[in-house]
Order: sequence, then C-alpha cells, then structure tokens
Amino acid sequence: MNPAPAYGDLAIFGHDPLWLIIIKALVLFIALVLLTLFTTWFERRVVARMQQRSGPNRVGPLGLLQPLADGIKLALKEGITPANADRVVYLLAPIIAAAAAMLVFAVIPIGPVVSIFGVETPLQLTDFSVSTLYILAIASVGIYGIVLAGWSSGSTYSLLGGLRSSAQMVSYEIAMGLSFVAVFLYAGSMSTSQIVAGQIDWWYGVLLLPSFVIYLISMVGETNRAPFDLPEAEGELVAGFHTEYSGLRWAMFFLAEYVNMINVAAVATTLFLGGWRAPAPISTVWPGANEGWWPILWFLAKIFVILFVFVWLRGTLPRLRYDQFMRFGWKVLIPVSIVWILLVSAWRGIRNEYGTDLRTTLIWLGVALFLVAAVTYLLDLRRGPDDTAVAPPRFDPYAGGYPVPPLPGQEFPVTRRAKAIVTASVIEPSDIRPEGEGDTHE
Amino acid sequence: MTGLLAVVDLSGNTGEQVVFWVCAVVAVVGAVGMIASPKAVHSALFIASTMISLAVLYVAQSGPFLGMTQIVVYTGAVMMLFLFVLMLIGVDSTDSLVETIKGQRLAAVLIGLGFLGLLLVGFGSLTFSSAQGLDDANTIDGGNVEGIAHLIFGRYLLAFEATSALLITAALGAMMMAHRERHTPRKTQRELSELRVRSGEPQNLPGPGVYARHNAIGTPALLPDGNPTDRSVPESLRGVSTAAGDHHEDAAQINALAAGQSTIPSATPEDES
Repeated sequence: MNPAPAYGDLAIFGHDPLWLIIIKALVLFIALVLLTLFTTWFERRVVARMQQRSGPNRVGPLGLLQPLADGIKLALKEGITPANADRVVYLLAPIIAAAAAMLVFAVIPIGPVVSIFGVETPLQLTDFSVSTLYILAIASVGIYGIVLAGWSSGSTYSLLGGLRSSAQMVSYEIAMGLSFVAVFLYAGSMSTSQIVAGQIDWWYGVLLLPSFVIYLISMVGETNRAPFDLPEAEGELVAGFHTEYSGLRWAMFFLAEYVNMINVAAVATTLFLGGWRAPAPISTVWPGANEGWWPILWFLAKIFVILFVFVWLRGTLPRLRYDQFMRFGWKVLIPVSIVWILLVSAWRGIRNEYGTDLRTTLIWLGVALFLVAAVTYLLDLRRGPDDTAVAPPRFDPYAGGYPVPPLPGQEFPVTRRAKAIVTASVIEPSDIRPEGEGDTHE
Repeated sequence: MTGLLAVVDLSGNTGEQVVFWVCAVVAVVGAVGMIASPKAVHSALFIASTMISLAVLYVAQSGPFLGMTQIVVYTGAVMMLFLFVLMLIGVDSTDSLVETIKGQRLAAVLIGLGFLGLLLVGFGSLTFSSAQGLDDANTIDGGNVEGIAHLIFGRYLLAFEATSALLITAALGAMMMAHRERHTPRKTQRELSELRVRSGEPQNLPGPGVYARHNAIGTPALLPDGNPTDRSVPESLRGVSTAAGDHHEDAAQINALAAGQSTIPSATPEDES
C-alpha cells in the first residue's frame, strides 16, 4: 500500500465507510442546529450589552435555554396559509431555504486527520477539487427559498422582499465570487482542505487583505443581515419575504438565516483565517495545537469572532437605502475586486515568469508610474491652459437639423404660447411646459 | 486494499446508477413540467430543477467543474434574473391559451413530429463503442479544473476571447439601451433640503381633513383660522370633489357665528340624511 497521503491531498477523502459518513453527516446536522440555538442566544445577549440592556437571562443559567423555549413556542403555533398563496410553492420555500443552508458544511474542514473508532479520517464530510464553487452553488440555490417565499405568499410586502432578495443576491454573489479568486490564485486550488493547507505560514486574510474585506462585506449582503437586511426591512416591508409565514415554517426560515451566518463565518475562517489551524503564537509555543481534536476549538473560536462581527454590525449601523446598497455593490465592490484581482494575477504572473521578488517588482512599478506621470505632465505643459470650459452657446432647438434637448447650462426659451398663457393667468406658471414636450397640452 | 476497492466499486457502479435514475427522472419531469405548467414562475422552477439534476449528473460523470458552474451561472444567476423579471411584471399572469396565429398548433405538432423523426433517424444510425470515461482527461493535467483551464487558455484561447468579446458587446449594448443621459447634475440631499427651506414652506403640505360630514380624500383640511385650504387636497381633485364645497359652506357658517350673527345662513338640515 502507498504511504498515507498528507493533509492537503484530495486522496485522503472518499474512503470513509458508510457508517462513518452517516455519523459525520448526523453530527454536522445536530451541531448546526445546536449552534443556531446558541447563536440566537449569543446575538441577543451581545446586542443587549451594546444597547445597555441585559438580554434574555431568566430561562436556564444565563438565559441559555431561552432559544429552546422560543423553539417550543414556535412549534406549537399554527402554521397559517394565506388564501392568496400558491400552496405548493409556499410550503416548498422554507424547505429549500433550510435544506440548502445545511448542505454547505459538507465541505468545510473542521480539523486534521483523526482516528474515529479505529478509522483514520479527516474531520470533514468530504472535499473535491471544486468545493468552494460548490459553496457558491448551494448559496445560490438557498436564495430560491427566499425568492419563492416572497412570490408565493400572495402579499405585496412579501413580493417586494423577494424581489429585493433576488437582485441583492445576484449582485453580491458576484463580489463574493470575485473575492475568492485571489485565494484560488494563491492556494493553487479550489478545494477547501488544500486552501487550509496553503495557509500554514500566512493567513490569506493578511496576504490578501482587500479580498478579505470584500468578502466580509458581501457575506453580510448575502445573508440578509443588518445593515443589508433589505429583503426583510421591518420599517418598510413588515418582515419582507416571510411576512405571511408563521409557526414551524417561519422557524425554518429563522434556522436557515442563522445556519447561513454560521456557514459564511466558516467559509471566511477556511479561506482567509487559516481554517482549523491554531492562531500564530499558540502553534509556535505548543506544537500539539494543530493535532488531534484540538483544532475544533480554534475553528469554533474563529467562527464566533466573525459571528460577533455580525452582531456588532447589527448593533452599530443603520440600514442602507436600497439604491445606495445596489450602487455600493456594483460601483464599488465589483470594480475594486476586479482591479485587485488584476494586480494579484499580474504579480503572480511576474513572479512565475521572471522569478523576481516583491521589492524589485515594486521598484520597476514605481519607475513606470514616474515615467507616465512625467510624460503626461510635459504634455499638459505643452498644451497650455484648459480651454474647454467656455460657456455653452445659446440653445438651438434644431442644432444639426434635428430636435435636441438643451445642454447643461442652457435653458428652454419661453415660447409665445406660454407667454400668452401667463398673461391670461389661468394656469400657474409651474404648469407651463415648453413647447412640444407634452402632447396633452392643448 | 480489497476493502478499499469494494468501496470504490460501490460508488462507481451502484452509486452512479442510483444517481442517474434519480436525476434523470427529475430532469425529464422538470422539462415536461416547464412546458406544461401555465404559470410562468412554475415553469421557471421546473427548469431550475432540471438544471440542478443535470449538474449533479455532470459531477457524477467526473466533470465537477462543469456541474458546479452550471448551478452557479444558470440556476443562480440566469434563472434568478428570469424570476426577477417574472415577479416584476406580474404575479398572477398566466399564459393566454388563445391561438393567435391560425393553424399554429397544427404546424407546431407537425414540426415537432418531424423533428422527432429526424432525431430518431440520427440517433438510430449511431453506433456506440465502449465508454472511455474522463479519467484520462482528468489526470493528464493534474485534475479536472486544470485540464479545462489548459484547454480554454491553450488550444481554444481565440474562441474563448472571441466569446468574451461578444458577451461584453452584448452587455454594452444593453447598457446603451437602458441609459438615459442626464443634462443637469442630480441634486444632492443637501441641495434639496436647502431648496425646501428657502421655498418658504419647509414643512409638509397639510394632510387631508377627516371630518364629521365627509371622510373622502377630497375633504380639505382646516387652517388655524378655521378656513379650509385646498392645498391639502390632491391636485387632481381640487375643485372636483363635492366635499370641498360643503366645507367652504361650513366655514362661512362658522365665520358668521364667530362674527356674532345669531342666525345661521343657509342651514341645510337635509344633509343629515
């Protein structure tokens, strides 16, 4: 038999016996549900502290059983189906949302190879060469739940929430996908375990800081959390896409939202924060930190740091206006990511092709920039002062032989008919439109 | 070693069979449902399920990159845009089943049958050799993704670049068509608020009055001096609504009372009915 492949080789996956696969899947499912319960408690306690309140503290020690009580209450409530609803889709939507949310953790690496009942296996359900694309794909399927819930409820608020969600998701998934690209370039792989293995020396969140920042922003947009929670903006849309839902169906949306938060936090941990590997000083002083079952601790700690950021954002920032939000996504996040990827790939290309180090490249880049600046400055000197800023000529409605609108700074001349109307003073001046603009004007 | 091979065999044959028979059925049902369902959103759902099952089949046939890209691009982006437009133009719009072009259905059936015949003849004359599998293609460059990258950015670079140029042209065309030139800079929030303050009336217009005699939107609000103001009435209702007339009458009565007249001019008791 060949020597056992090291971590970071995809050959370590796909050999688990069936009982182990079932155990792993079940443990992941139960862990996600328990984490959801804990996260709701965590969020309510933290945001309460930020608002100088106590938060839930009556049910169980420190209020830890509050989510359980809420869950039981939800399960006992009536599930209402509106008369206008499209029944099949209305029932299907929460199932799609919750099921898709549960699927992402299948490819998240939680720890190194350990021994479970005598079988050597990595602490990860599975991995394959495109597992980060799998994460993106599952996220895009999960949005169907939200969009269909909005459509099938037969309510205007829900429909608006669903519409917002579909546009938001398409926009922010582009930025999210682009933030992954630099990581792929550095790791040389799209599999999560290989990306973790590539971060032994440096976290990609440090090496590729702009990508990390873009991911952090787009993950908030992707999970519909404040300040990007426009699909469920309670001030405008009651509760958005899940306005009409109640009881266990609503609980499934709630579960999906919190599991999605944990998912994106786990993806951020895996891609940018070194995955399950211990943070820098710990592994130096304690070599055993990255072996056995300990990495689960680091993994969970990193996830909760990011979940804290989620809560922090919610406690700090007001909701964006929808047009500002879309403008930010399309005109800031996506161009910045594209330029950043261009820089990273150019740098990788130069290093692969010429083998130069960062300092030499930067020096040459500086020289090139200086030359460009000098040449443009000289050209500017030769051209003389800017003479484009002259006043626009008088408005010619038939400039070039066709009816044209006025240019900036030009005004419509007051027509004879408009003057006549003013003198008759029948209509207020604001009602007078320039000639030819409205056909309804007599 | 034999145990390991058994596991591989299981996933290679039985597992693949199960995946195929599940996904193929879902894909065909989705395709038929997409044509058969009268609601456009249901059609979109059916075709999304078809796309997802096809993607799973690609993954099962050692093409993971293609499968995942199919879901991200088609199910995630293209179908989502479809849904967006469908939801935007009308929630309850169902296809009209009225035949607008004469003989359209007959022609469609005939052409469909002809196409089916062509397909049957074409596929009937095929001969299948034993399946090659993608294992060779997937190992030659070190993996599925690497193999595809090698082909796209190597042998088919020109076709790839030409396709991307075509797509960019289409995107630019769409932007051109949707673009509207602004001739004056957009007023900022600050400028708008300054304009509002300088207009002499920074506050909202008075809301509609809701009084004992009318609760229509055309009912004018009363100013502090008791006179009704038309500015609270929507522009299209000014001078149209009968409610305004009544209120002018009321105001006249009130003013008369306030002026010390004991008799009320033109009392209208039949209004009480």
